[in-house]
Amino acid sequence: MTISLSRGTELTAEQAEARERIYAMPLEELNPGDPDHYPSGNMHFIFERLRAEDPVHFTPDEHSGDLEHYWSLTKWEDIQAADTNHELFSAEGIVTLNRPLTADEAAAPFNDGTMTPEEKEAIRARGTRSLLSMDPPDHETHRGAVSEGVSPANLAAMEPIIRERAGEILDSLPIGVEFDFVDKVSVELTAMTLATLFDYPQEKRRQLTRWSNIQTSEPGPGMPAETMEEKNAARREFFVAMSDIIERRRAEPPRMDFLSLMANSPHSQNYTETELVGDCGVLLVGGNDTTRNTISGSIYLLDRNPEENAKLRANPKLIPSMVSETIRWQTPLTHMARRTTRDVEIKGKVIPKGDRVAMWYLSGNRDEDKIQNADAYIIDRKNPRQHLSFGFGIHRCLGNKLAELQLKVIWEEMLVRFPEINVIGEPDRSHSNFVRGYEEMTVVIPRRN
Amino acid sequence: MEVTFVLQDGTSRTVEAEDGWKLMEVAVDNAIPGIDGDCGGEAACATCHVFVAPEWRAATGERTEPEQDMLASTFGVREDSRLSCQIRTSAALDGLVVEVVGS
Repeated sequence: MTISLSRGTELTAEQAEARERIYAMPLEELNPGDPDHYPSGNMHFIFERLRAEDPVHFTPDEHSGDLEHYWSLTKWEDIQAADTNHELFSAEGIVTLNRPLTADEAAAPFNDGTMTPEEKEAIRARGTRSLLSMDPPDHETHRGAVSEGVSPANLAAMEPIIRERAGEILDSLPIGVEFDFVDKVSVELTAMTLATLFDYPQEKRRQLTRWSNIQTSEPGPGMPAETMEEKNAARREFFVAMSDIIERRRAEPPRMDFLSLMANSPHSQNYTETELVGDCGVLLVGGNDTTRNTISGSIYLLDRNPEENAKLRANPKLIPSMVSETIRWQTPLTHMARRTTRDVEIKGKVIPKGDRVAMWYLSGNRDEDKIQNADAYIIDRKNPRQHLSFGFGIHRCLGNKLAELQLKVIWEEMLVRFPEINVIGEPDRSHSNFVRGYEEMTVVIPRRN
Repeated sequence: MEVTFVLQDGTSRTVEAEDGWKLMEVAVDNAIPGIDGDCGGEAACATCHVFVAPEWRAATGERTEPEQDMLASTFGVREDSRLSCQIRTSAALDGLVVEVVGS
């Protein structure tokens, strides 16, 4: 049985029940950051209710799980205003809404096994430092050091390489047999691109994927790291590997990859260890989950929306517009977090100085006051580039054009090869309040063109 | 008024514009390649980056504060860089020439 909402999207009985349950809860108990809502998609009902009833929402400690208290911005206009006001909404020391790190965790990348509790605590107290968790002027120094790696000229040089790899990946896929599209295509293509961006050995590219997956997830059974010890060890491995490479690149002729650019930046000699691993980590995650999950998302969405799929196949010129619509609908990173630098009043609520604020891009991208029929996936909608997924302001996604390029190329190459790609069952979705993605998605390609 | 966009491939396109519009909006309405205007004209995405021809530098005025912040994190910025969403069309800019940078 399905129930139609006013705006024309249909819910299963299970979803309708979840929605009813969420609408029956006291507002102050709503915790949009609870990762348990994400695999089911139920966070959309929370955001739908918050946009209507409590657009600037406070989740107190007692209802935040282990996140500790925080604010949520759920309307497009408030998210854009906060994202573009780095003086009121500071990125210093913060990237996302996560459980505060323990001293052991914070120190893990730098701990050779001899650190005292005091040394670990000092590292924890200094907090996160990276190009995504800094305000001006440090932000410009760190971003400026590496931005050339995804400059328009560099992307133009990368396009034929990406196209050749996409073709090889697609030509190797089995026909008429079920396989995991996430592993065989989405991860494979983005891992190759990531290895190029870091000039990291291609044969070890899956190491980059693993480090990124571990960094963005809590350890547990079935997760990229099963235990905290495994997670901490992987973060140390990443730090040691990146520091070694950067040290070596200082002695080599300058190249255009991120690590050479960082090595040859006059500022990088003065980076702290925290900053070095912070910048490398942001570039790693930024180039990994985002594009990968949007590629998988496009396969899922076009399978579930046959009319949109027919439009695309009839008119491949819609690829760029389909790519933007998928980036909006998927919102592969659900939010970024900031900290207020003084009391800030929005829509009658006062956010006290120093509180954390989550800017929920995922919610803003479904805001009906900004985007008509926002829950629907429409590949030829009027302003497809109008979405929050890349963020706005000085921290706007550095690799957005590379993401669009990879999506465009893989679809151009898929359309000429395969008349259909069918998703079997429901994909396995990520258990995360930050990375909105797919762990596994079974597909069948019945035949080639 | 008329505005000329010098495109990334070296060709030029001259288009008609009414007064009081953001130059980015004029470009998007005329499908000028390389001008996307993703943020809707808030100087928050740098997808409408142009170089202003020397003879038009004074008439187009100074960079705004958010524009300055955004340009500090943008590719290929020069002294004559502007975000075209921060330039308003007016009779005083009739004949304006800008070069599309692309992003």
